[in-house]
Amino acid sequence: MTANAMDMSQLLPIFLPLVWAAILALGVFLYVLLGGYDLGLGVLFPLAPSHRDRDAMMASVSPFWDGNETWLVLGGGGLLAAFPLAYSVMLPALYIPLILMLLGLILRGVAFEFRFKSSRFRWAWDLAFAGGSILAALMQGGAIGAFVQGFAVTDNKFSGGAFDWLSPFSMVTAIAVLSGYVLLSAGWLIMKADEALRDWAYSVARYALIAVTLFIVVFSLWTPFLHPEIAARWFSPGNMVMFSPVPLLTAVAVLGLWRGISTRQRYAPFLWGAAIFLLCYIGLAISLFPYIIPPDITIWQAAAAPDSQLFMLYGAVPLLPIILGYTAYSYYVLWDAPESDAYH
Amino acid sequence: MSELDPLLLSRIQFAFTISFHIIFPSFTIGLAAWLMVLEALWLKTGKQIYADISRHWTKIFAVSFGMGVVSGVVMSYEFGTNWSELSRLGGNVIGPLLSYEVLTAFFLEAGFLGIMLFGRDRVPKWVHFFATCMVAAGTAISAFWILSANSWMQTPQGYRVAADGVLHVTDWWQVIFNPSFPYRFAHMVAAAYLTTAFVVSGIGAWYILKDKSAAHGRIMLGMGLSLIVWLAPLQLVIGDLHGLNAREHQPAKIAAVEAHWETRRDAPLVLFAWPDVKTESNLYEIAIPDLGSLVLTHEWDGEVRGLKSFPVEDRPDPVIPFFSFRIMVGIGFIMIALGFTGAVLWLMGRLYTSRWFLRAMALASPLGFIAVLAGWFVAEVGRQPWVVYGVLRTADAVSPVPGGSVLTSIILFVIVYGIVFGAGVYYMGQLVRRGPGQTPPVPEKDEADLSHRPMAAAGNP
Repeated sequence: MTANAMDMSQLLPIFLPLVWAAILALGVFLYVLLGGYDLGLGVLFPLAPSHRDRDAMMASVSPFWDGNETWLVLGGGGLLAAFPLAYSVMLPALYIPLILMLLGLILRGVAFEFRFKSSRFRWAWDLAFAGGSILAALMQGGAIGAFVQGFAVTDNKFSGGAFDWLSPFSMVTAIAVLSGYVLLSAGWLIMKADEALRDWAYSVARYALIAVTLFIVVFSLWTPFLHPEIAARWFSPGNMVMFSPVPLLTAVAVLGLWRGISTRQRYAPFLWGAAIFLLCYIGLAISLFPYIIPPDITIWQAAAAPDSQLFMLYGAVPLLPIILGYTAYSYYVLWDAPESDAYH
Repeated sequence: MSELDPLLLSRIQFAFTISFHIIFPSFTIGLAAWLMVLEALWLKTGKQIYADISRHWTKIFAVSFGMGVVSGVVMSYEFGTNWSELSRLGGNVIGPLLSYEVLTAFFLEAGFLGIMLFGRDRVPKWVHFFATCMVAAGTAISAFWILSANSWMQTPQGYRVAADGVLHVTDWWQVIFNPSFPYRFAHMVAAAYLTTAFVVSGIGAWYILKDKSAAHGRIMLGMGLSLIVWLAPLQLVIGDLHGLNAREHQPAKIAAVEAHWETRRDAPLVLFAWPDVKTESNLYEIAIPDLGSLVLTHEWDGEVRGLKSFPVEDRPDPVIPFFSFRIMVGIGFIMIALGFTGAVLWLMGRLYTSRWFLRAMALASPLGFIAVLAGWFVAEVGRQPWVVYGVLRTADAVSPVPGGSVLTSIILFVIVYGIVFGAGVYYMGQLVRRGPGQTPPVPEKDEADLSHRPMAAAGNP
């Protein structure tokens, strides 16, 4: 018994941060996927062929935006709870992009409620929805770029300046993430929209895919030069073989998506788009693991006390499947809800 | 001040964003519960009027909930952007509490809100009722965790401080059910229900006065009053118990609230004064002798500690807690009086015809919001200079962020929240003016063309 207890107390601090890194990674991925198509619609909003299409685009996501955004709250809250040190370094370092992201999310979020209640000022809420979405998407992309580059840390505190986050790299990631979101939302519209709008979405998806492919190539070449560890990880002979499925599968997904667009498939474009996001995400994880504040702080250094992580795990293990279950149910019930009386 | 002080600016920003945020949960917690009751009444009695009222208020709920969500997301990030040292040192304790809120409440609300708002005609009645129940439960569970975290920061226990200053939990039960939590939770939930009851009954009274949707108005006023009549007095009792608890655990806060400088056994009840920090005394004081000891300790000669018994650096500034508390309690007494008067008129059969009372109720609709804000000002300013009471000072919790960044973000928040709040109040007002009697009928399936939204035509003057 005592031997077992000893083992557990030694294993938990190693094991729990891995589990929580996986849970948070899943949460952030779900946000990128769901919030991504959701924000992408806002980016496409001003380009939509007609007013009627804008109505349809907004209605297609009205019942879901709020649930989509909850994954972002889980990302923030979960990072604070599971890795308080990472949270307390990252958020001050990303002060400006995160505040701008929040303001963008506020403007686009309330536009859902206000847009259909106004005709005189509908243009203003259209602007808020599009502008807020674009701002949020760009700032999320910029934040990811800054995160990959790393932050100045002294004595467990952020010690850099207000604009450290802004760099050529983070500016390019900002635009890359924006185009990725557009790709997802084009896939979403292909699934959800009626014929005329769907035609338009197919052509948007094609352009977005070209941009995304280009960015993937750029980052695959650029990221290894940011930290020597990243280059060493990818290009050591053994690893090159082990990790080679990631770029290969990405190529397959890009081709699959291209074919899905050309043969005008209904669900394939969104799913292939999601696959591309997942593969990029895995590639990033391979580059950075086990650092949560690269290149200084690992997930074990940043982890909350094992007791705190365990206490949360008791809740997360039963609750996350339930949450995924009723989220799926809500999508199922409201899948083809054309509009609702709630906004009348 | 020559330099932009990130501490002061972060406090202003947090006060602004959380004051804005708390308005919406205060309303939606009660509203969700009321919508649940309305729908239950409809399922039970089959009377269409309950369905009409619930359909109408669901739209107002949607606007309020949306504003609560977007302003709530901000809160979950401000712990890091502005209070990163609190997060680093206290993350082991408050992190899990906030995460449990997301896992048990936020997702529950968001997941079922879609069905509640958009599924009325798409799912069986009982599924819609269930979704409404889940949203209502979500709002209450959310309050549970947030108030647990806040209360722990006011009256911390069940933790130890490690050598590096990081707090570790020794007993979760003690953390969650910390000494002030039961009182604060009960006080806040009752406040939310009262806030909603005053909005609902006030608007109901207004419908009766205008003779517009009057049948709906009578139900709204009746249901609101039947809650107010017993909950408003009960809230006074809860508040009093909360005060006794604060006297035990946060005596400096009570001294500030009561503007007591000296420790004495015959403390007066200060009705009005200007607490002056420089001279450590009250200017323009109006007080009732001895009553302070009785109110605070429930004994004629109970000892009441004064601010001077605390080191200067551990004292809260008394001005805001003192005045906020009086506003809150004053509103509480008005609420009790209105509830009592309404009940008497009801028993006399004159509730719906006493125009002076209907007018008073209509005017009283926003009182709950003011009381909630005032109450939170007492709680939060009164606990200064601590962010975790007696453990971590607010000054040591702030992020290493330059003041210029914080000033910029405050200005942006004020502009954006100003626009959002203005528009939200305007659109909710429009919905209220239209009234449940005038709700446009649900479009038939083939009518549901997006370019012919009834709202676009009906909703705009």
